[in-house]
Amino acid sequence: MTTPAIHVQGLEKSYKKLEVLRGVDFDVPRGSIFALLGSNGAGKTTVVKILSTLLRADAGTVSVNGFDVATLAADVRESISLTGQFAAVDEILTGRENLVLIARLRRVKDPGAIADDLLDRFSLTDAAARKVSTYSGGMRRRLDIAMSLLGNPPVIFLDEPTTGLDPQGRIEVWQTIKHLAEHGTTVLLTTQYLDEAEQLADRIAILHQGRIIVNGTLTELKQLLPPAKVEYVEKQPTLEDVFFAIVGDNGKHDHAGQTVSAGANE
Amino acid sequence: MTTQFLGGTAALTGRSLRHITRSPDTIITTTIMPIAFLLLFVYVFGGAINTGADSYVNYLLPGILLITIASGISYTAFRLFLDMKSGIFERFQSMPIARSSVLWAHVLTSLVANLISVVVVVLVAVLMGFHSGAGVLDWLAVAGILMLFTLALTWLAVIPGLTAKSPDGASAFSYPLIFLPFISSAFVPTDSMPGAVRAFAENQPVTTIVNTIRDLLTQQPVGTDIWIALAWLVGILIVAYTFAMATYRRKIS
Repeated sequence: MTTPAIHVQGLEKSYKKLEVLRGVDFDVPRGSIFALLGSNGAGKTTVVKILSTLLRADAGTVSVNGFDVATLAADVRESISLTGQFAAVDEILTGRENLVLIARLRRVKDPGAIADDLLDRFSLTDAAARKVSTYSGGMRRRLDIAMSLLGNPPVIFLDEPTTGLDPQGRIEVWQTIKHLAEHGTTVLLTTQYLDEAEQLADRIAILHQGRIIVNGTLTELKQLLPPAKVEYVEKQPTLEDVFFAIVGDNGKHDHAGQTVSAGANE
Repeated sequence: MTTQFLGGTAALTGRSLRHITRSPDTIITTTIMPIAFLLLFVYVFGGAINTGADSYVNYLLPGILLITIASGISYTAFRLFLDMKSGIFERFQSMPIARSSVLWAHVLTSLVANLISVVVVVLVAVLMGFHSGAGVLDWLAVAGILMLFTLALTWLAVIPGLTAKSPDGASAFSYPLIFLPFISSAFVPTDSMPGAVRAFAENQPVTTIVNTIRDLLTQQPVGTDIWIALAWLVGILIVAYTFAMATYRRKIS
């Protein structure tokens, strides 16, 4: 019926003699979150770069939003936004100037108003007039993602979006990603954190030695292993639970599926 | 496509011009060395140099302006290098804008920054007694030649900016350019030099460019020098632009 938001078939890519991708296949349905999981150097970033027209594939068919990345690169670029591994923000400009710049480049109407709206959504209004070089890692990442949302592209690539963030920053990013998918944006994210894929993704694919070795929902992936045994284990609070109990997240972050349990043990 | 290119280039040029207004030290450091040369040659060596001109600062200024531009463009390479290294370059490349906009923005910014540096150096020269009876048209011709010189060297600077592995590598290429004016008619007349050096000095581009600017400022007929100078400038511009664009295409594909 409808074409998938991302379609990858037989994708191959080598750097000189190093074969990074040797026949990658996957589809991402519209409005879903797809996690590409793999260890360092598995080729996740290479996939993202090919999808976002930064790199050319050696072989295979790749289309994004129905456009072929090799022949209709300009249309692909109209449809996507890339948040790379390192925050792609201008350090010398202020947060607001960064957003206005991207708004002007995307030719959206009323760049100033859109910038202010995004600053508000990402709790950056107070820092709007400060140079980005003074921002913390989490603020930078939030600005980075805000810049990617500008112009409402239907497909968003997030390459290791939470690497280097503190736990709070991570949860903020997770919420943003969930929110995006609820509003119909297709999200492809790469990560090395298994819990991140577990938290967010509708489908998870594992990229290993240049191929997708499994691709399915979390439930499907769990069925690959022997059925769960029932064991009694004393539940210790994780360091993350302790962190949030002490720091207090003011109920702002209701991270589904996690229990803030330190208080319950009193 | 054209409006996409113009709009994108305008927005990105605004961005890098902001970088310059936020760090005026790049303008100041660009002008320090040329001003030091001016002071050194006018007040220390100048007394011993016989150029036949009425005042040595008048003789010296054209060459100093070329040195100013040669040192200014190293910042263009440096800024481009920083963009390449940070994720922002990839962001721009993955956006619906003309890809060459990214380079043109740096080139236009280079023109503006070097223009400011040149004006600063001219003002210092005026304080040191530089004077010229040149009219508006002469000054416009001088400005045109300096802009062409800036453009040619800027496109040259784009190549190390795109390919350098370190910030030092990105800016070091300008050192030979800064010293090229020393083996030209910029500081002393070429006829005082020994044979081989003189032959090099008289046939390298700086000499004809310097002579042309000097003639325009002293209201002398420019003769054929201006055409040789323009040929050099346009030639260097075309070659540098071609190589820079080829390097860029290789980098982004």
